[in-house]
Amino acid sequence: MLWLHRYVKLVVACTVLLIAAGGMVTSTGSGLAVPDWPNTYGQFMFSFPLEKMVGGIFYEHGHRMIASTVGFLTIILALWTWKVDPRRWVRWLGVSALGAVILQGLLGGLTVLFLLPAPVSIGHAGLAQLFFCITVGLALFTSPGWMRTQSAADDATLRRLAFITTALIYCQILIGATMRHIGAGLAIPDFPFAYGQLVPPFWNAGIAVHYAHRIGATIVTLAILATAGHVWYHHRSRPELVRPATLLVVFVLTQVTLGAFVVWSGLQPLINTAHVVNGALVLSTSLVLTLRSHRRLFATAPARTVVRGGTASSGSGMLGRPGGERTQHI
Amino acid sequence: MFLKVLNTSLAAAALAITTIACSGGAPAPAATTPPPNAKRVDETTAGSVTGKVTFEGTPPASAPIKLDSDPACAQQHPGGLPPDSFVVSSGGLENVFVYVKDGLGDYYFETPTTAVTLDQKGCHYTPHVFGVRAGQPLEIVNSDPTLHNVNAMAKVNQSFNLGQAIQGMKNQKVFKTPEVMVHIKCDVHNWMNAYAGVLNHPYFAVTANGGSFELKGLPPGTYTIEAWHEKLGTQTQSVTLAAKESKPITFAFKAS
Repeated sequence: MLWLHRYVKLVVACTVLLIAAGGMVTSTGSGLAVPDWPNTYGQFMFSFPLEKMVGGIFYEHGHRMIASTVGFLTIILALWTWKVDPRRWVRWLGVSALGAVILQGLLGGLTVLFLLPAPVSIGHAGLAQLFFCITVGLALFTSPGWMRTQSAADDATLRRLAFITTALIYCQILIGATMRHIGAGLAIPDFPFAYGQLVPPFWNAGIAVHYAHRIGATIVTLAILATAGHVWYHHRSRPELVRPATLLVVFVLTQVTLGAFVVWSGLQPLINTAHVVNGALVLSTSLVLTLRSHRRLFATAPARTVVRGGTASSGSGMLGRPGGERTQHI
Repeated sequence: MFLKVLNTSLAAAALAITTIACSGGAPAPAATTPPPNAKRVDETTAGSVTGKVTFEGTPPASAPIKLDSDPACAQQHPGGLPPDSFVVSSGGLENVFVYVKDGLGDYYFETPTTAVTLDQKGCHYTPHVFGVRAGQPLEIVNSDPTLHNVNAMAKVNQSFNLGQAIQGMKNQKVFKTPEVMVHIKCDVHNWMNAYAGVLNHPYFAVTANGGSFELKGLPPGTYTIEAWHEKLGTQTQSVTLAAKESKPITFAFKAS
């Protein structure tokens, strides 16, 4: 199980790289630099010459290559999880990761073939974050720390706060994706004001979405501060909660700063992409905090009882009890 | 083996999707049969509108475009590529599309069968701004030793995005419906932009040296003439033309 956990962490790292690559595709306007799919200029994707990866092709084809790699890593992840993890819901989570990455690949292809229709591109961006969340969840569920802390005290307020915060962050990411894919990143060209005022003096769809993203940022920041404050005040002795809560505050402050620089720099691609990637880190950190705050609920959930050769089937044996007793993995 | 099978399956799915998505984008025969009582322009009474598009103020700073992202482009322009959005000569603004926007009524015009050529040469579109008739073939050529994609972002016509990976490749496309303007861009080389004015009549011109233009062979009447520039937007003027009259007009664009 420990090696599976390490492998999932590798998939998580590759997914961060994939999100960065996807961010660069949109930020550099390279989404249609390779007009065909799944081939690249009529050639088999993996045999496309490196020296032809010029201009926008570098970003688009590079994104496809990294995506294919993550796809293959996810196939192995699903098979490995299915084989070694005794928890049925974790095994199905591995399968859902595979389903998500396949659907994500198809959405990526469709958005190219249909010339970047905004709903498909936004769906592609939204599903990317969900896939990332699944891999982060799998990394958490297979971690030694998760196994150890099943008896942690429950806090219903924290559960609600963390869940709402994570949901708000995901909604905010969807608004951000909409803003990017309808080309409204500079619909309000100044920051922190909007056309020199607190509220834009005139409106259109682009300004509305852009302004919604700014209002969303304020709400999300307040929600994160409330959640982190709750953790710091009520759970200061629980490092598994304090660490992600603190990290969450750091990430969200970084995110607001990056958002400001995105506007001030006129959508500079690297800053824009850093904003996208950091947004994913905000979401995943909040997810970890949410899942850890729900730890006791997982402990009371129906679990599959496994008896294999008198010892726990877990590779790490963390929950295994000697003597061939039944071992529950939850 | 698995990769090949996967790729073949995806290619088949993509082909099916592309067939559905792109049906109607293929070149259509340009020649059409005129209606029996078609109203045609009387050449003996036709006049013209001539003029100039001027530019007042200082054009935006125009540092040469760096082409480092593609060595094949950089080799052709070691000092960079001069930007073509603001080309001012002798006080006149070039690359302005001037055309009759309204007033022609129900005249019938034959659709040319010869193709308009859009060339990608030196990682630059030639011409940068051009007119093409609805139904007339547009031949797109890649004269560069590098890959280009041609992304036509039409709003009224069928959009398309085709790849031209090999030097000398040619493709023909047809815009079937009038549309001013269709933005064409290369996503591989993000500095490459061209603009096509698609019209169902022959009264259009693109300003050249000194910002001059001429709309020849116009029948007598009152017309709305529009001048379009990619950065400065549009201006319109109303012109009344008598038989055989040649009327001069001037459009004045200012630095924004």
